Amino acid sequence: MKNVLIECQSVCKDYAMGGEVIHALSNVSLTICKGEYVAIMGPSGSGKSTLMNLIGALDVPTRGDLVVDGLNLSIQAPDTLAEFRNHMVGFVFQQFNLLPRTSALENVKLPLFYSRKPGGDADDQAKACLQRVGLADRMHHDPTQLSGGQQQRVAIARALVNQPSVILADEPTGALDSKTSLELLDLFQELNQSGITIIVVTHDQEVADKSRRNLVFRDGRIVTDTVINADRAV
Amino acid sequence: MGLWKTINIALIALKVNALRSFLTMLGIIIGIASVIVMVSVSSGSKQEIERAIDQLGSNMLSIRPGASVSGGRHSAAGSATPLTEKDITKLKHRFDFLEGVSGSLSTTAPVIYGNSNWTTSIRGVHTDYIDVRQWVIDEGRNFSERETRSGGKVALLGQDLIEKLFGGETPLGARIRIKNVPFTVIGTLQAKGESSFGRSQDDVIFIPISTARMRVSGRNDRSVPDMVGNIYLTVSLDSNIQIAQQELTEFMRELRKIAPGAQDDFSVRNFSEFIRARNETSSTLGLLLAATAAIALLVGGIGIMNIMLVSVTERTREIGLRLAVGARRNDILMQFLVEAVTLCLIGSFFGVAIGVSTGELIRQTSEIPVLLNVPIIFVAIASATFVGIFFGFYPAQKASQMNPIDALRYE
Ligand SMILES: Nc1ncnc2c1ncn2[C@@H]1O[C@H](COP(=O)(O)OP(=O)(O)OP(=O)(O)O)[C@@H](O)[C@H]1O
Ligand SMILES: [Mg+2]
Repeated sequence: MKNVLIECQSVCKDYAMGGEVIHALSNVSLTICKGEYVAIMGPSGSGKSTLMNLIGALDVPTRGDLVVDGLNLSIQAPDTLAEFRNHMVGFVFQQFNLLPRTSALENVKLPLFYSRKPGGDADDQAKACLQRVGLADRMHHDPTQLSGGQQQRVAIARALVNQPSVILADEPTGALDSKTSLELLDLFQELNQSGITIIVVTHDQEVADKSRRNLVFRDGRIVTDTVINADRAV
Repeated sequence: MGLWKTINIALIALKVNALRSFLTMLGIIIGIASVIVMVSVSSGSKQEIERAIDQLGSNMLSIRPGASVSGGRHSAAGSATPLTEKDITKLKHRFDFLEGVSGSLSTTAPVIYGNSNWTTSIRGVHTDYIDVRQWVIDEGRNFSERETRSGGKVALLGQDLIEKLFGGETPLGARIRIKNVPFTVIGTLQAKGESSFGRSQDDVIFIPISTARMRVSGRNDRSVPDMVGNIYLTVSLDSNIQIAQQELTEFMRELRKIAPGAQDDFSVRNFSEFIRARNETSSTLGLLLAATAAIALLVGGIGIMNIMLVSVTERTREIGLRLAVGARRNDILMQFLVEAVTLCLIGSFFGVAIGVSTGELIRQTSEIPVLLNVPIIFVAIASATFVGIFFGFYPAQKASQMNPIDALRYE
């Protein structure tokens, strides 16, 4: 039996929109193990982002249990969730979400600023992560002085800096051209090979093809769940 | 999370909107500056009053014959039974808390030395008078108890009188005459300067009270052989002067056999109280000014709250991001609180600078007493910190209670 990292059991997420209730997720059950590389696809509004936000503890399920790394996220105190976000997950957003007027290095250091884990020197850790995403020579640049691909790589370095177990990337290539996207996917593959679990939401079949498991969502439910590239070594 | 780093984040955030930050600060600057000026002015006048009280001795009481009427004036003293040596003896016997007791029998008469003469205030006193009224012997010595009791022909001279009669020479041992009675000068008094009423206190000569009674005052009334004029006394510093005043009043009523309910035919007065009452209006004004300054600071605080609310709204996405990478609610709360307090503190430094220089300007260019001291500056900085925390709390609280996902999605 493989090491279970994420366990969803009949997870529902409802939104009340002026009188009517939107079922963004209905009874989603799903298991993701450590070291997997999962791509989530599906039409707009099918609940992909909603699931990512729940796994990343940015939001809580309306019903159902969501256990990540042994922690039931549905019933935790805000501070526990903050700590979880700090060292368990790394987010990569479509819009990069870097702090403006703040250097790449400082952006990458941000999670360390809120970290209670004793670690080494914050500067060294952040620099190592920038090195890993190939931006060692750009660390003192502001976001405005970086290209979209470079900004997204800064965001990935930031996601990596606290050595998370899982990277959650919601349409990370959505704002990038195809060449830059490919570079980013190479980086993901490399990270996955180093043991980090990756979950990526995408509308791009090419991105999904790089992963090893494809989930397709429709109307808040998983409609297909296929393993691909099974031959590729972990 | 390091406080320095949080302060640094706050400084960066404030710098991004430098002009806006400065305009917001202006309210605090004006508030703090006016607090400093108003407090300096009112503590300046308070110090002036305390100095006047100190000069009189804050533990001194006086007993005078004649009822006190409103405004502190007295009815004609002659109409009331005079105070006598017997009263003094009984007071000393009755109250342990008395440190010094002295009568004071005053007249005005010319003092003659050689060819010069000068009309001055001649005060017949007991030995304790020097201490009770806080005089200091400059040269020579005080009267002995014996001289006081047995009509010694000795005198202590005030500096004005020495100047007038001796022109700077030492008067010790000199023979002077008052109403044809020869006196030997045995001591001189250190100058006291003007009283709080603006008269020189040094135009004076002290002689033993018995001598004054028999030879000088012309008031050696046969029916009251031992009259002492007014009585001045000091109570020990560890006793409560208000209670002493009450007890003395009751005892004097007993001595003078005043029926219950009848009006006193004497008055026991507390000098510091008298001066305080005289200056009550000025301290009320001071309070009013301080209140105005506090309102200015309050308005500044409201400005802080307003701008912090704007800032929180503007930076909703930033808050969302910080929450997403692991900031706790408290971290966010602290970040915005520190920002508000930093804004106030920077403002208060400018405010202190402006307030202190304005106070100094007032002191140098006008008669208004101004007391600038270090505690005021601490009070100002502490109140700025308080304003920052008080008015920054609601916006910071609002920021910290945001839901991560809603904050991240905020447009
Ligand atoms: N805060 C919210 N309030 C109300 N409804 C919401 C909210 N967030 C999401 N929804 C709804 O939940 C459903 C799922 O949204 P979600 O963002 O998960 O879609 P998605 O699959 O990520 O779509 P896309 O590919 O366009 O990003 C949608 O119908 C959306 O309208
Ligand atoms: Mg989405």
